[in-house]
Amino acid sequence: MARHRYSRDPLGLRRALSGWLLPGLVAAMALLAALALAGAQGAAALAERWQRGAAAAVTVQIPDAGAARIERALAALRAMPEVAEAQAMDPQRLAALLRPWLGTAPSLPVPGVVELRLRDARVDPVLIGDRLAEAVPGALVEAHGLWVQRLAALARSLQALALAVLALVGLVAAAVVAVATRAGLAARRDAIEVLHGLGAQDGDIAGRFARRLGLLAAIGALLGAAAAVPALALLIDLAGPWLGTAGAMDSLAGLPWPGLLALPPVAFLVGWATAQATVRRWLRRLP
Amino acid sequence: MVRFEAVGLRYPGGGPHTGSWGPEALADVTFALPPGSFTWLLGPSGAGKSSVLRLMHLALRPTRGEVHVLGLRSSRASRAALAPVRQRIGVVFQDFRLLPYLSAFDNVALPLRLAGRPEASLRADVNEILRWVGLDGKAASLPPELSGGEQQRVAIARAVVHRPALLVADEPTGNLDNRQARRLLALLREMNRLGATVVVATHDEDLVARFPAPALVLRDGRLHDLDGARGIGADLAPERFAAPPPAAGFSGVGYPRDEPAEDEKLPPRRRDPELG
Repeated sequence: MARHRYSRDPLGLRRALSGWLLPGLVAAMALLAALALAGAQGAAALAERWQRGAAAAVTVQIPDAGAARIERALAALRAMPEVAEAQAMDPQRLAALLRPWLGTAPSLPVPGVVELRLRDARVDPVLIGDRLAEAVPGALVEAHGLWVQRLAALARSLQALALAVLALVGLVAAAVVAVATRAGLAARRDAIEVLHGLGAQDGDIAGRFARRLGLLAAIGALLGAAAAVPALALLIDLAGPWLGTAGAMDSLAGLPWPGLLALPPVAFLVGWATAQATVRRWLRRLP
Repeated sequence: MVRFEAVGLRYPGGGPHTGSWGPEALADVTFALPPGSFTWLLGPSGAGKSSVLRLMHLALRPTRGEVHVLGLRSSRASRAALAPVRQRIGVVFQDFRLLPYLSAFDNVALPLRLAGRPEASLRADVNEILRWVGLDGKAASLPPELSGGEQQRVAIARAVVHRPALLVADEPTGNLDNRQARRLLALLREMNRLGATVVVATHDEDLVARFPAPALVLRDGRLHDLDGARGIGADLAPERFAAPPPAAGFSGVGYPRDEPAEDEKLPPRRRDPELG
């Protein structure tokens, strides 16, 4: 029933804007967007984890560790406002940890160790060490938070980069839709002029283009997002140990599902809005 | 209904974005067409007939002066305001301008669909108008499958299906043989009888002789207006409007004294055998 089919498509856009070029291009971009989304999510998870975990941990070594010196050090540390928690390591446990290297020789002096948790990872541990050394001479502060912080900063910039890639992909998708819209306008110029002459409003003509192009973009994004699922699942499997969730987690559950599911509607909106703007601008040449 | 006031028109020259303008295609064109009139628009090729028609059906806006169409002042109206007025104008082009991928039915249904008429009520109207132009068996045909005359009748059907207040035809008989041209004119006169204001541009003198009516004559973009009868300043009483020009020639083609009376005098139009 060709007649019935085309009665709702007076501009013949189903034929003028057909083929798989536009959906294919949008699918490729949706795949890139999905990778960027997963990258952003993964980087955010890494940054969060490193920041929260090791970054706030500082150890203090106290040589000649008599019980009194350790008590003094604990009291001094707990009095500092930036210290959330200070805990002396049990000497028995410390000895057990060191036995494989040092043997059981009781004469070796083992320093006392205090573990600190800071309220704010950005506090310079050296300052804590200086103030502690006044109360307990010889106390040494060792911060292994620095490199972790650098890693976290790297993860945060990766996350920002992924978001920038996402925005860029959106812009390129809009440009591709604009080119396709212009091709459709060129192919249906006569029909548009006829409809315009019959009294069609700009919004009516632009709406027909926008719905068609939005639909094509959404189809492309759906295909691209679907293709991204196995690729991302594989990547997440590989990244599992870094995220500390290896084995325990189903890799499909780690996918950025909200982002992936949002890709087709977002692609529809990008296609719709771009086509609206392109067609309305083109129509302004008609009186 | 339709009124031109000192209209001047220039087309852009030297490319669309250079901002320069070509020579005046129309200059100081002033006339008024009363509602329900039938008017010939005559003149040699290049005289500006098509420009006048395009101003009338709002495909152009005047560069100077003012064009009033169905109560709209086209030089200042917004783009959005033009569209609803266009929906009340029917246009027949020499080259038909049908959409080749739509059936005759869908082509004719376009104006009704644009006006938002529901499909259920539109079907009967379209079929009736197709019967009126003698194409009731061809509703499902695509324009390329139809003859030139049949395509022209589809174009007429599309132009009148929504009962336009103004019907404009630009050389509608250019691609038709004599018999089809007469039949087309009979359809246009019938629309006029039903109340539409009709303007037909042509250079076919035989046709004009066969259907006498008031005429506007253009030469070199100016109204060849021997007694100023159609000037806006002049009064538009029917006798004045229809006054026969003193000079003979192209513009002197049978001016009827009174258009409605003339209508009564043409019995074949009521039951034109060519209307089928």
